[in-house]
Amino acid sequence: MHLIRNQKDLGAGLLYIAFGAVGFYIARDYGMGQASRMGPGYFPTVLSTLLMLFGLAAVFRSFVSKHPEKVGEFAWKATAFVCGSTVLFGVLLTTAGLIIALVALCLVSAAASHFFKFEWKAVGALIVLVVFCALVFAKGLGVPMPLLGTWFGG
Amino acid sequence: MELLGFLWIGAQTAFTFTNLFYCLVGCFLGTAIGVLPGLGPTATIAMLLPVTFGLPPVSALIMLSGIYYGAQYGGSTTAILVNLPGESSSVVTALDGYQMARQGHAGKALAVSAIGSFFAGTVCTLLIALFAPPLAEVALKFGPAEYFSLMVLGLVASIVLASGSLLHALGMIILGLLLGLVGTDVNSGTARYSFGVPELADGISFVTVAMGVFGLGEIIANLAHESTRSVMMAKVTGLMPTKEDFKKIAAPILRGTGLGAILGILPGGGAMLASFSAYALEKKVSKNSANFGKGAIEGVASPEAANNAGAQTSFIPMLTLGIPSNPVMALMIGAMIIQGIQPGPSVMTEQPALFWGIVVSMWVGNVMLLVLNLPLIGLWVKMIAVPYHFLYPAILVFCAIGTFSLSNSTFDVHLMAVFGFLGYLFHKFGCEPAPMMLGFILGPMMEEFLRRALLLSKGDPTILITRPISAVMLAVAVVLLFIVLTPALRKKREEAFQEEAA
Repeated sequence: MHLIRNQKDLGAGLLYIAFGAVGFYIARDYGMGQASRMGPGYFPTVLSTLLMLFGLAAVFRSFVSKHPEKVGEFAWKATAFVCGSTVLFGVLLTTAGLIIALVALCLVSAAASHFFKFEWKAVGALIVLVVFCALVFAKGLGVPMPLLGTWFGG
Repeated sequence: MELLGFLWIGAQTAFTFTNLFYCLVGCFLGTAIGVLPGLGPTATIAMLLPVTFGLPPVSALIMLSGIYYGAQYGGSTTAILVNLPGESSSVVTALDGYQMARQGHAGKALAVSAIGSFFAGTVCTLLIALFAPPLAEVALKFGPAEYFSLMVLGLVASIVLASGSLLHALGMIILGLLLGLVGTDVNSGTARYSFGVPELADGISFVTVAMGVFGLGEIIANLAHESTRSVMMAKVTGLMPTKEDFKKIAAPILRGTGLGAILGILPGGGAMLASFSAYALEKKVSKNSANFGKGAIEGVASPEAANNAGAQTSFIPMLTLGIPSNPVMALMIGAMIIQGIQPGPSVMTEQPALFWGIVVSMWVGNVMLLVLNLPLIGLWVKMIAVPYHFLYPAILVFCAIGTFSLSNSTFDVHLMAVFGFLGYLFHKFGCEPAPMMLGFILGPMMEEFLRRALLLSKGDPTILITRPISAVMLAVAVVLLFIVLTPALRKKREEAFQEEAA
């Protein structure tokens, strides 16, 4: 039997403590005020403290829990590809333009799947999607996204 | 008779060509995303919110509402035909619906779920029309103290109703409240938690959070256990239930509607909880309970009626008090604010056409859904067959463009990626994101109301308990909290949510 019985509780507890601690630390610089005239720091400090307490409770429970639970394997690949492709889209949107950014977003994110392989059907779907977005969002709804970005003098 | 007059105003709004069109678009989109597993109404409404900025407010809200209740219809189709919940609220429909499909009664199961949903939708539209006006009248008397207490009650109720661990429900609410504070403090002008980033000084948009946690986070979680899904294509024949079937389902549909309507009003309630509870209730009271899980028609009728009822009545607190009972309603409030409408009890008196237009359009939408669902079943089946690895890059594209267009800044896109990662962490650690969203939306409002209340009372916190309405609400909140913490009830509650795990 492992010392930590419930890994999920431990993870969540540490997450709460981390957020609470950061929140508490930063809120030190905000004025507390009094209850009648609360300063900007009043609410954040109270909430951060509560969150840290809940975090401690969750960590404590992870040692004594009667329901052992494992977190299981962390899907690093999927996380990296999905979040990475989104960030890539943000970077490429103004520099390379919408078309390239969309293609990059789709290809990189799709690579996270086990079923990722070259398929004419997929290429067709990608082209339809890009044309649809360019027409509907950029042209039709007027979202200010350059089709070709600054790299191409757009 | 006054009611008829109001409904007439609503009908005039809902039956214009434009609004009928957007109602249809909403219902169609809602059914589509309901059918598709792995894409829920929260993420969809968040994605489409920026698209509605250009529409007139009524049309925008009619369309967004259609997406929400349309998803309840669509979810059952996937549950019955593929044994996969297209929507979290149709998890229990899959239990008996899929069994019915295997026995060759797919058509009947689909028809029963559509009829149940339609009946519930009609009843609950009437309920909204009947109960919203008096509730709004009471709410007009609310001061800051009452609003603060109401929100406390709302958050406590959402803890009671949240599935999973109580500790995590509490933790996630506080985390949401804290995240909601990011941005410039209204009273002092201090930029809180902005890390010197100008974009953060305006606060984090709840759309970004919703898309990150519900959109990206879900995609990662789905990819983690990816599998091919095979559509068990039972031939869909024999749509019409027999007279005997109607007799069997009448009572379960009534019970489901009643239970769903009550649970929908409560914060943290809504469609999902309604369907779980209705199934559990039906299993207890039905004469046919031995057959549950083996294709009992009652096991499809009741939860389907309940989830639609819950989806509809969850509009009541949103429309009358301006308080969201679930993340979807929070997005609707966001849509109102963006359209320049201050949500709250005054909407009904100041914008009668908007309020009653939405109410009437809900009923129109339910008729449309009944028509859309059954004859178009072939189209939906084709849609289920689209593999997920084709689908999710497209979802990402709409999320990315949607967040960007919020304030035309790529910063929001990057922030969404961060929340996507967090969303997956929550999923891994068994923390439910819905209470966090509630806290996130209510956080700034609560702080504002508490500050105002204490300013009015010159710092005397007893104002919260000396004002009668406020005191009652706080008392109810405390009682609820005690009840949920007592060991006996905790056990009961865990049992109730066991159904879900099964």
